[in-house]
Amino acid sequence: MKQLLSFIKKEFYHVFRDRKTLLMLFGLPIAQIILFGFALTNEIKNAKIVVVDYAKDEASRQIADKVDASTYFDIDKYLSGHEEIEEAFRSGKIKMALIFPDHFYSDLLHTNKAQVQVIADASDLNTATTLTNYISNIITDYQSGLNKGTTIPYRIVPEIRMLYNPQLKGEHTFIPGMMAMIMMIICVMMTAISIVREKELGTMEILLVSPFKPILVILSKFVPYLLISLMNVTSILLLSKFFLNLPVQGSIVLLYAISFIFIITSLCLGLLISIKSESQQTAMFISLMATLLPTLLLSGFMFPIENMPLPLQIISNIVPSKWFYVIVKSIMIKGSGFQTIWKETLILCGMALFLLIVSLRSFKIRLA
Amino acid sequence: MNESVITTNKLTKQFGDFIAANELSFEVNKGEIFGFLGANGAGKTTAMRMLCGLLVPSSGTATVAGYDVYKHREKIKQNIGYMSQKFSLYEDLTVSENIKFYAGIYGLSDSLIKEKSEQLIHQLDLRKEENQLVSSLPLGWRQKLAFSVAVIHDPKIVFLDEPTGGVDPVTRRQFWDLIYDAAHRGITVFVTTHYMDEAEYCNRISIMVDGVIEALDTPANLKKNYSSKSMDEVFRQLARNAKRSE
Repeated sequence: MKQLLSFIKKEFYHVFRDRKTLLMLFGLPIAQIILFGFALTNEIKNAKIVVVDYAKDEASRQIADKVDASTYFDIDKYLSGHEEIEEAFRSGKIKMALIFPDHFYSDLLHTNKAQVQVIADASDLNTATTLTNYISNIITDYQSGLNKGTTIPYRIVPEIRMLYNPQLKGEHTFIPGMMAMIMMIICVMMTAISIVREKELGTMEILLVSPFKPILVILSKFVPYLLISLMNVTSILLLSKFFLNLPVQGSIVLLYAISFIFIITSLCLGLLISIKSESQQTAMFISLMATLLPTLLLSGFMFPIENMPLPLQIISNIVPSKWFYVIVKSIMIKGSGFQTIWKETLILCGMALFLLIVSLRSFKIRLA
Repeated sequence: MNESVITTNKLTKQFGDFIAANELSFEVNKGEIFGFLGANGAGKTTAMRMLCGLLVPSSGTATVAGYDVYKHREKIKQNIGYMSQKFSLYEDLTVSENIKFYAGIYGLSDSLIKEKSEQLIHQLDLRKEENQLVSSLPLGWRQKLAFSVAVIHDPKIVFLDEPTGGVDPVTRRQFWDLIYDAAHRGITVFVTTHYMDEAEYCNRISIMVDGVIEALDTPANLKKNYSSKSMDEVFRQLARNAKRSE
């Protein structure tokens, strides 16, 4: 026990002596949240838009004026035809285009139905979503003004097109996704690097010749990163509650328990990588390939898994972050309890156990 | 006096078709400084690793500190110290942290750790550098510190694998003073080297060529038998026929 403690102490020295890494360990989650927090700010003011008015009638002008008058939009210019829209978007300044077809007002009067086309630049996803919401509200507002005092139920249907990114996603999914990503990076990469470093330096040999048990070497490598990761979970949750107004809906204890299992899974993955690699660079590279890419691409965090080709959907099942992401999302956002997530939890436990056994078995006691 | 602490009998290690160490049989006595010489690739490190429990022998028998290398590895570990050719201290830890760490993993008690590290810092004259990171020390000092740390738990035997690589002659001489000191305390020293002047410092030396022990005796006897003036000449005569080289 005393041996273990002096080893763990040494590991903490390594972590705290390396200022740059330390900054990354604690700074990364905070920086990410704050950045995402600002990116997610919904309020947009004076977004420049262009208008193509084929109708040039009373209604189209009134709507355009109403849009221009709002704090959200500034009409940059009126274009003569929709061919010019693409060019306007390319310039990068224009966020949205509003197109009134011919006979807008007469359609509205005679058929009770008119269309206005809204084209948003969805390469900037959050802005596009927000702006289309604003414009819909303005049009609805105008519509209800028209309906006042008349018996004919006028109806304007805004037809919204999201250019460049037709698949819009929820805004708060990034917290669970980021938790998965940060824990994966820290646990897998740091563990792998710190074990491989001992191999490179030759200190691993000394440890193997000493009466210190190899299993304890692994244990003491795990402890610091486990603690750091749990601290990061805490800081992410606090920030998400107080900075992003996204409190955890479900049980905090359950969330920590799940995080613990996920951290163990990641640590074992790191151990496995450290066994297979001979240099710190290799370890770092493999870790990034094994964690960052699958977490970004196959966890459902960035891209919905349901829309992927079947082979990728199947592969996504072996990515631990996917399960962690699914569980955390339901606990945090839906407030689900254990009874709804036990299946996913079981899978995650299974992965942790599998990796633990495989990595412990292949951690060689002798060097050759 | 002639109590043997290492005994090997036809100890062999084979990697595929390659026989790295072929039927090594020798004895090392208690308190002796036993030199293990050979060109690169002669099998010195392999032999040492088998004795330390880092490699499983392919055949033959060996006992270290009275324990069998196959059956009692854990017992052997408690009774040996080891210093590899790679530098084996943590550079981002201070001198005293390194000492405490290694003493700690050998399970020394707190009071003993304190006493030992005091003694060690005094002996190596590192009082001023006690709280400096090891990375700031010159290589020679680090090597001396690494050796002292390797014997901090007073092992029966200490294995040194080319401990003085890249160190200047003056520091090497000081390093050997530490080795003599350890030997006086009854620690058996098993050292591999390819510096011939160091070979002269050993009580007995064995010279390995192509995985086989070609000669084993005191430096004086070896020089006499091979009618040479220096160990260097003895070694050259023996190594001339070597087939393996790097």
